[in-house]
Amino acid sequence: MNPSLAMGAYGFYVWSSVAVFFIVLLIDTLAPLARRRRNLRELRARIARQENRRRPGTPPSNESNA
Amino acid sequence: MANWVPLWLHRLGSPPVFYRFAGAVRPWALGLALVLAGVALYGGLFVAPADYQQGDAYRIIFVHVPSAWMSLFIYGAMAVAAFVGLVWRIKIAEVVAMESAPVGAAFTFITLVTGSLWGKPMWGTWWTWDARLTSELVLLFIYLGVIGLYHSFEDRRQGARAASFLVLVGAVNVPIVHFSVNWWNTLHQGSTVRLLGPSHIEASMLWPLLTMMAATKLYYIASLFARVRADLIASESGKGWVRELLAHRDGSGA
Repeated sequence: MNPSLAMGAYGFYVWSSVAVFFIVLLIDTLAPLARRRRNLRELRARIARQENRRRPGTPPSNESNA
Repeated sequence: MANWVPLWLHRLGSPPVFYRFAGAVRPWALGLALVLAGVALYGGLFVAPADYQQGDAYRIIFVHVPSAWMSLFIYGAMAVAAFVGLVWRIKIAEVVAMESAPVGAAFTFITLVTGSLWGKPMWGTWWTWDARLTSELVLLFIYLGVIGLYHSFEDRRQGARAASFLVLVGAVNVPIVHFSVNWWNTLHQGSTVRLLGPSHIEASMLWPLLTMMAATKLYYIASLFARVRADLIASESGKGWVRELLAHRDGSGA
């Protein structure tokens, strides 16, 4: 039997397995990248708040991000 | 032994050094993993011949078995890191252990789902309470328990220590998963590829399997390093090096 895209009678099972493999790992790849960006953004906002507290009178520019 | 090896490992225990090292290695590991996975799937899905009993359905092996190997391998790596973290209180080891758990859970989930997709056409059922399947499901629950326990503490290091204990206790399940097909008379077939002795598989089917194994190992490194980097930004946020990193990013317009 020649290997083909149809995978004999088992196309659904074979291609679903390959799809599950790639979709789960794609989510696993993207999640930590988004988490790192979010952590950096939150830290930046926190530093800005601390700066504002240290110098009262300056406009509270980043308070809305809290 | 040359003394630069322990020295280098010691330096790598420092969070800023590990952060930079992980950032440098991650894209190469991920890129190589993608290339190898592509080659392996081409070899497995199109080049290798169909199985004489299972036809084309056996091709699920090329994603199922490497994922199953990773579900156990990552547990082993996580257990070693958890042990090192508990005994020597090395922060990086704790973070590596905790950030390994989601990757291990992902591979365990893939193993269960692809196994189900293989079981339906071959056994006639999506699921059965067979020793191998049940112990692999328990493995998934242990991974999820570790993740949950880690995040249930206000203090991250306290959470990491509690979850590390769970990792060490849960390690008893790893040999059970591995040997379940020998210890019990199961529906799940025995091992095809053997570390010791000849494998029961044709070379044209073996090389895509081993290539995919290398790809998933590299993928684990890439995913783990991305996770450790994200974790360190939060857990080291009070430290000077993270502040400098942030200032540098803002300065370069990032």
